[in-house]
Amino acid sequence: MAVDSFKFLPRSFRAEYEVVTDPPGNDVWTSPSKPASASTFALLTSAGLHLKDGHEPFDLDGERENPMWGDPSYRVIPRRVTQDDLTASHLHINTRDLELDFNVSLPIEPFRRLESEGAIGRLADEHYSFMGYQHRDLVDWREFHGPQLAAHLEESGVDVLLLAPA
Amino acid sequence: MPVLARLVEASGVPTVTVTMMPDVATQMRTPRVVGVEFPFGHAFGMVGDRDMQFRVARAAVDLIDTAATPGTRVDLDIEWPQDPKQAYKEWQPPMPSPIVQVFLDRLAESRAAAREASEGRRTGD
Repeated sequence: MAVDSFKFLPRSFRAEYEVVTDPPGNDVWTSPSKPASASTFALLTSAGLHLKDGHEPFDLDGERENPMWGDPSYRVIPRRVTQDDLTASHLHINTRDLELDFNVSLPIEPFRRLESEGAIGRLADEHYSFMGYQHRDLVDWREFHGPQLAAHLEESGVDVLLLAPA
Repeated sequence: MPVLARLVEASGVPTVTVTMMPDVATQMRTPRVVGVEFPFGHAFGMVGDRDMQFRVARAAVDLIDTAATPGTRVDLDIEWPQDPKQAYKEWQPPMPSPIVQVFLDRLAESRAAAREASEGRRTGD
């Protein structure tokens, strides 16, 4: 089946997303150097997940003061995290289900199973959480947090990054 | 999110993106896309449904081995097992987000202005 990208989007938002006004002019592509079964996978969500202890929550007050702005920073989530360790800060989705089961957006448990079954080489020790609502120009992601993330992945020996927008 | 996927891909790490809006991801030239027809905030499925979550995760992993060209998209044939109207309502935050509230306030203002103009015409003001 072809997925309807707008099925769950409020009708008034549809025009905003139907046609991308300024798409990139080129493709980017890196061929995997090894099969998935030998690769280390890291996961990234934009659901605003963070640790209750040890992480600053995403800056929701800053967004309330300036509705055009969203906190562009990210948090590193250890693979051994438990449901009780996590909470979510996000003003654009209902976080209730994330508080019950973070795997709906950051699928650590399914990837542990893929690891144990040998479908992937390894699940990385660290994963990444952003808060998805951002200023339209995405300048902080493009110029700072994105390159910082890419450097972190390289240092960590990650072979593949899986991203899941919230 | 396509911006981050492209940036990481360009740095030399292959990416795969699981998204509820694959049309947008493809237009943004996201390298590998798995489309799911799920409510926002639930890219891997229902709370506690490990089989559904695993199926989506497995599809993403498989795409790393099978995709040969930029823009490869696979849509998953998984129906959200909940009434769409209920799912639509439940994914949304309890309060409108700040930017949505700004738009709602503007809409209310323009409707009020239109109403005043219309009443003015009726009373001959």
